[in-house]
Amino acid sequence: MTTAAQPEEAEEAEETEASTLAGAHVIVVGGGPAGLTAATGLRAAGVGRVTVIEREQQAGGVPRHTDHLGFGLRDLRRLTTGPRYAERLRRAAHEADVQVRTSCTVIELTVGRSLARPAVVLADGTRLEADAVVLATGVRERPRAARLIPGDRPSGVYTTGAVQQHTALHHHRVGRRAVIVGAEHVSFSAIWSLRHGGCTTVAMITPLHRHQSVGALRLIAATARRIPVHTGVRLASIEGRPRVEAVVLDDGRRIACDTVVFTGDWVPDHEVAVRAGLMITRGAGSPTITSRFATSQPGVFAIGNLVHPADAADQCALDGRAVVGPVIDWVVAGAGQRLDGRSWTAMTAPITVEAPISWASFSARGLTVRVVEHVVARVEVSCDGAVVALGRRRHLVPNRSINVALPSGTVDAGRLIEVRLVEGAADRGPARRHLRSLRNRTTALR
Amino acid sequence: MHDVAVIGGGVIGCAVARLLALDGRSVVLVERHHDVGAGTSKANTAILHTGFDATPGSTEARLVARGYELLLAHAPTVGVSIEETGALLVAWDDDQAAALDGIQSKALANGYRHTELIDSHEVRRLEPHLGPGLARGLLVPGEHLVDPWSTPLAFAHEAMANGAALMLRFTVDAVHIGPDHTTLRALDGRSVLARYVVNAAGLSGDEIHRHFGYDGFTIRPRRGELIVFDKLARPLLTRTILPVPTAHTKGVLVAPTVFGNVLVGPTADDIDDRTDTASTQRGLDDLLTKSRHILPELADVEVTAVYAGVRAATEHPDYHLSADRAGRYVCLGGIRSTGLTASMALAEEARGLLRSIGLDATPNADGGGTTQDRPVRIRMVPLGEAGPRPYQEADPARAWGRIVCHCERVTEREITDACRGPLPATDVDGLRRRTRAVAGRCQGFYCSAEIAALTGWDPSR
Repeated sequence: MTTAAQPEEAEEAEETEASTLAGAHVIVVGGGPAGLTAATGLRAAGVGRVTVIEREQQAGGVPRHTDHLGFGLRDLRRLTTGPRYAERLRRAAHEADVQVRTSCTVIELTVGRSLARPAVVLADGTRLEADAVVLATGVRERPRAARLIPGDRPSGVYTTGAVQQHTALHHHRVGRRAVIVGAEHVSFSAIWSLRHGGCTTVAMITPLHRHQSVGALRLIAATARRIPVHTGVRLASIEGRPRVEAVVLDDGRRIACDTVVFTGDWVPDHEVAVRAGLMITRGAGSPTITSRFATSQPGVFAIGNLVHPADAADQCALDGRAVVGPVIDWVVAGAGQRLDGRSWTAMTAPITVEAPISWASFSARGLTVRVVEHVVARVEVSCDGAVVALGRRRHLVPNRSINVALPSGTVDAGRLIEVRLVEGAADRGPARRHLRSLRNRTTALR
Repeated sequence: MHDVAVIGGGVIGCAVARLLALDGRSVVLVERHHDVGAGTSKANTAILHTGFDATPGSTEARLVARGYELLLAHAPTVGVSIEETGALLVAWDDDQAAALDGIQSKALANGYRHTELIDSHEVRRLEPHLGPGLARGLLVPGEHLVDPWSTPLAFAHEAMANGAALMLRFTVDAVHIGPDHTTLRALDGRSVLARYVVNAAGLSGDEIHRHFGYDGFTIRPRRGELIVFDKLARPLLTRTILPVPTAHTKGVLVAPTVFGNVLVGPTADDIDDRTDTASTQRGLDDLLTKSRHILPELADVEVTAVYAGVRAATEHPDYHLSADRAGRYVCLGGIRSTGLTASMALAEEARGLLRSIGLDATPNADGGGTTQDRPVRIRMVPLGEAGPRPYQEADPARAWGRIVCHCERVTEREITDACRGPLPATDVDGLRRRTRAVAGRCQGFYCSAEIAALTGWDPSR
C-alpha cells in the first residue's frame, strides 16, 4: 500500500503546485531584456498571471535604440541588432501571454496584506499586490552634472542613451563634431550612434591609462575612423554659450567641438528600491541580492543591470532566466509558510570587497565583480572564511564585468562572502602572451 | 504709445508689469533674452526670506519684509509652490554661537519676533543628520521655500492676461527722452514709446541708468555657484540650514527645494564679466567640502545639477531706488539675492515712485486698450512636490497623458501646454523652468529625444 501511495502523493503535490502557480500573480518592474525574459520564463513555468510594468511607450529597454550588432549571443545563441533583439523579446513575451503595461510608472514598492506579500503603487495611485515582485529597472549613464564637470551649461551635452534615442528612434541630428567622454564598450557604441546622427567623433578621453573595451573596437576606432583616444586625462571644463564650442582637458589641451557625449559610468535606476528601504550595495548603489536574486524584502527579487551596472543586454536576459526558479520556489512555498519575512531578510548580506574591487554582486554568471583600475590578478571568493572560487581571468579591466563561476551549493544565502584579488597560479601559453603585452601597455600594475 | 515701459523681464520687472497692468495701465515689458526670468532670476537659492537678518532701517529690510507677506499670500492663489519649512542657523564654534544673540536682536529690530535660540542637543534632535561639532542654533520658523521659476512666469502671465505687452530679444541700445514720451530703441532697430520708464534691468541696470543721464551706481557682478543634490537626499533635512555670517567666513546654506531636492550654495565670487555663469572647479570643490561638513551623508548622494547665477551687486550695501520727474524715469537698481522675496514690494514701490513723479493716480478706464473685465486671473500648474502633481491625476476627464520626463514625472500635456499660449517655452531651458522636464537626475538620458520629438526643437542647434 505504501509503495502505491507515494507516487499518488507526489502527483497530488505536483497538482497542488500547479494550481498554486496558476493562481499566482508576479509583477515585473521594467520591460528591458532582464524583465521581459523573466516574465516570459515565469509564464512558461506556469505562473498564471505575469504583469510587466514599463514606463516607456514600448517595452524592450536600451536595445530598442542601440542600432548595431552585438545582441543575443548569450541568450538566443544568435547575433542580432539591438532593435531586432528587443522585438524578439517583446514577441516572446506576447506569445507567452505576459501582460505588458507600457507608459505605466511604478512610483513605490511597498507591502501588501502581509509582510510577505509585496505591492507596487502606480503613478495614478493604483495599488497592485502580487505574490512576488521582480525589479528590473535598469541603469542610466552618469550625466555631466553628476560627474561635477565645471564650465558653461551649453546645449549639445548628451549621454549615449540620449544620442541613441535621438538618432535611432527619432532620426534627429545631434551635432557635427563630438568629443566622447569615456572609453568603455558603450563609448565605442556612441561613435556609431553619432555617425547615424551625422556627427563625427573627434576624440575620446578617459582618465584611465587604457581604454576598457575589447581590442577590436579600439582598433576600428583607430584605423577606420582615425579617432584619437586620449588616456590618462580628465575633462576640466566645457566652454560655449549657448552651444558647446570646446572642451578643455586637465593637461591644458583644448578640443574644439559642438557636442560632448558622456558615456558609461553607470548608475542603477534604484529610486524605487532605495525608497522602499531595501539593503543597498555600497559602490554599486544596487539592491543587495542573494545568489537566488532575493533582495532584503520578502518576495522581492532584483535582476539585470539594476544589480550589476552595467552589462550587455544578453547577460541581463540570463538573469531573467535564472530568476524564474527562485521566484517559482517562493510562490510555491506559499509566502510566509516555509519562509517567514524575518528569516528571508536575514539571508541578504552585503558582500565584503577589498580595493581595488569597487563592488561585487550575484548574477546569473555566479559572482559579478568590478575593479576601478587595470590590474593583473585573480578574483578570489571566500565563504565563511574558506576559499570557494577563483576567477579564471587574470587581466582585469575597469568598467567591465569579471564573472566568477561559483560551485553550486557552496555559497548559500546568509553566509559571509568576501571577495579580494590574489596573484594567480601559473600562466598558460596564450594567457601569458596576452599578459605580457598587457603589462607593456598598462601602467596601473600591482 | 504706452503709459509705462518696464526694462527687464526678471522677477522684478515682471512683478512691476503685473501690478501696473492690474491697475489698468498700458504697459510694455522689454527683455533682452528670449524668455522672461532667464537671467539672474533663474539661478538663486529659492528661499522666501522673512528678512530677519537684513540691515535694520535699510530699504532692503523694509521691502523684503513687505515682499515676504505679499508673495506668501499671492503664490498659492496663482499656483506658485511654496513650502513652509522654516530655517535653522547653525553655529559650529563658539564665535558663531556668540554671534547668534546679535542676530536675534537684529531680527527683533527688523520686526521679526519668532526666532528662538536653541542649544546643541535641540539642534541635533531637530536635524539629526547634521555633522559633528554643533554649538548652538537659532530657529527662524517663517522662512519658506518658493518655486523660483514659476514666480516670474506667473507675474508675466498675469501681466499679459491683463493687457501688458511683452517684447523679447529687445536689448535697449539707445534712449531718447522727448518732451512727453521716451523712446527706447533696441539693437535690432525695434523701438518702444512710453510716457514713463522703469529700469528693472538687473545686471544691466547701471548701463540703463547712464542712458538716462545718471551715474549713481555701478554693477559689480557677483557669481554664486550652487549644487543640487538628488531627491534621495531630501529626507536628510527638514528645514533650511543657514550659516552664521561672521567677519572672516562666508558660509553656504543647505536647503531643501520645492522640487524635492537639496541645494547647497552659493559661493560668492566678484567677477568682471556679468554674463559669466560658468561653474568652476574651485567653486564646486569648496561647496562639496562645506556640504559634507554640514550634512556628511551628502557624500553618498549623486549630484543632479550644478549652476551659477550672477547677482547684481553694486558698490552700495543697499538697493538703489530713485525717481526722476524730468526724465519720467524710475530706477530699481542694485537688487541682489533678496529680489525674489522683495519683488512684489518693489512693484508697489515702483508704482509709488511713478505716482510721485506725475503718473496720474487714477489710470485711464481704457488704459490697457482691451475691453475685457479686469482683473483676469491666471493659474499655473504647481511644480512643487508638496502639492498634487498632474501625473497623480487619476481623473480621465483631465487627461494629462503619459509621463515623459520620468525623473521629475512631467506629463506629455504639461510639455505641450508649456509650448503654447502667450508666453511659450522656445527651448529646453524654458521648458525646464515651466515644467521641471529634464531637470532631474538623468539630465535627459531618458527623455531628451522624446521632448525634441514632441516640441520639434532641433537638438543639433
